[in-house]
Amino acid sequence: MNTLLNVRDLEVEFRTYAGVVRAVRQVSFDLNAGEVLAIVGESGCGKSVTAQSIMRLIPSPPGKITGGSILFNGEEILAKTETQMQKIRGNDISVIFQDSMTSLNPVLNVRTQITEILRLHKKMNQSQADARAIELLSMVGIPEPQTRLKSYPHELSGGMRQRVLIAMSLACDPKLLIADEPTTALDVTIQAQIIEVLKNIRQELNTAIILITHDLGVVAGLADRVMVMYAGNLVEQGTVDEVLCDPLHPYTWGLLRSLPRLNMGPEDKLKPIWGQPPDLLLELDRCPFLPRCEHAMAICAQDRPPAFNGKASHTVNCWLQHPMAPPTSRPQEVG
Amino acid sequence: MNNPIIEVTNLKKYFPLGGGFFSQAEMVRAVDDISFTMDPGKTLGLVGESGCGKTTVGRTVIGLYKPTAGKILFEGADVSTASKADKASSRRQMQMIFQDPYASLNPRMTVGDIVGEPLDIHHLAKGKKERRERIQYLLDLVGLNPDHVNRYPHEFSGGQRQRVGIARALAVEPKFIVCDEPISAVDVSIQAQIVNTLEQLQDELHLTFLFIAHDLSMVKYISHRVAVMYLGKIVEINLSSELYAHPVHPYTKALLSAVPIADPTLERKRKRILLEGDVPSPINPPPGCCFHTRCNRAIGVCKEVIPEMQDLGNGHLVACHNYH
Repeated sequence: MNTLLNVRDLEVEFRTYAGVVRAVRQVSFDLNAGEVLAIVGESGCGKSVTAQSIMRLIPSPPGKITGGSILFNGEEILAKTETQMQKIRGNDISVIFQDSMTSLNPVLNVRTQITEILRLHKKMNQSQADARAIELLSMVGIPEPQTRLKSYPHELSGGMRQRVLIAMSLACDPKLLIADEPTTALDVTIQAQIIEVLKNIRQELNTAIILITHDLGVVAGLADRVMVMYAGNLVEQGTVDEVLCDPLHPYTWGLLRSLPRLNMGPEDKLKPIWGQPPDLLLELDRCPFLPRCEHAMAICAQDRPPAFNGKASHTVNCWLQHPMAPPTSRPQEVG
Repeated sequence: MNNPIIEVTNLKKYFPLGGGFFSQAEMVRAVDDISFTMDPGKTLGLVGESGCGKTTVGRTVIGLYKPTAGKILFEGADVSTASKADKASSRRQMQMIFQDPYASLNPRMTVGDIVGEPLDIHHLAKGKKERRERIQYLLDLVGLNPDHVNRYPHEFSGGQRQRVGIARALAVEPKFIVCDEPISAVDVSIQAQIVNTLEQLQDELHLTFLFIAHDLSMVKYISHRVAVMYLGKIVEINLSSELYAHPVHPYTKALLSAVPIADPTLERKRKRILLEGDVPSPINPPPGCCFHTRCNRAIGVCKEVIPEMQDLGNGHLVACHNYH
């Protein structure tokens, strides 16, 4: 497998009146062509900022990528000029956002919005672009694509608008699709439809997908690999089976224990993670999860845990993985 | 068996839509002829997709909307036709927790005043000292630091604000609380905290909850019975464990099969029932069974006759022609 995206020690900061918020701290990961990588974590953990950095979409000021490197197809994204980036956005890398109503232009019909991309990036003429637009709309499961081309966003339901957005993002056969909470605003039955569409795309077009979500159920159904983020840090990454069935980081345990499972008995109780995530204004020279961790040791307060990997595919940033740490087994309910 | 605390019969709530001076206004049939009962000290979960009318049910039951037709009995007395004085006292028995903890708290009031306002309205505390003690007791009850009475809502996180909302609802010692999507605006790890607090309060204070949510796995966890709504109608009610183990209505089946499970091995093996298309408009609901346009088991009669609620025993009710 060839590596499509290679992110090393990414650092993103936002300058605010209250101080410098370090939203992403030393995050490294790889993505292979045709692979689905899920980034999970709670709000404010830096998952969206990580993805926006890949597109160089961090609003600047106040935001700034202060360190690290992002190699896409072997080329350094951070060294590109704005003009070069415009050729990449929507062409090689495209994005679907959570809110389909604000992502579409309300005064343009679907046809104009889809064909604009094709005329701009692929230099197609209007009739070629129309034909391609119909092809795209039927690929994402929109009935009667010919008539739907004339619709305006407000005439479509939430699920339909999300399909149009997916169709737009696929217009130029991107190598990488970033889906930022693509199903969060949708109902479960519509969510199931959209997940099915994303699965098909991945099979038919072999597009790599970065899926940003807080719903571990969606991750289980779609992703190959998962990275868990907490307070700007990467805490665990591995294949979907490793992270969801055999997690090693106490935060991942906590996340899985606070989810109700459909097979829970009436006596089973949820075990929430107590406390709040840390303030990102603070310098964290220790484990970010320390104040909420049940297994904390003295070393956790002294030093940031490095990435330990038991298996090549599974890395965990937790001191419990150190050979000298006391053995701890994951809680029974997890996995 | 206890008498039900809430008895809703043939409740309808229509909202007029536009309509000129001379033209007949169209009606959005938000809630269309639903009936259910609630036992004291238990939780009834209300699930369905957005726009199915579940929030309208909650708001109508509690008296925020006037029902178009139907009866709502609270401990045997009809609240929808009660006099103003009776309404005030019944409001003390019924409270509500709202979805958005950012919008439902006044940003200019301290937490102490937010929680204390219902005490003032209903004259429940005599003197400043008692009022303050009562507020601190309530904050402690919901797991907040009682010393935070003088803080403002913006100083709290989403989960903590939701606790302030719960404390405010509990201030008047209600028997019945409508929880309208209380956890959908907070993060996963905080959701479990809030739900556990609600369960604990129910045990301690013998509260009855109407728990409205679209997260089906959380509803299963907290509810004793669950009602599934589609397009303003209840299609199935059952004990929560039974409903999830043996769904009967085709819509319930589809809804449950769409819930993603955080287990990759299970998720790969599952067969989804994918519903085609979207929910029809509640302005012009389809004739007959409202679900027939998307149902994979629709038969001729479904297009013409509205299915009656069938009692399948043990409090299991379903509205589907396939179970006649």
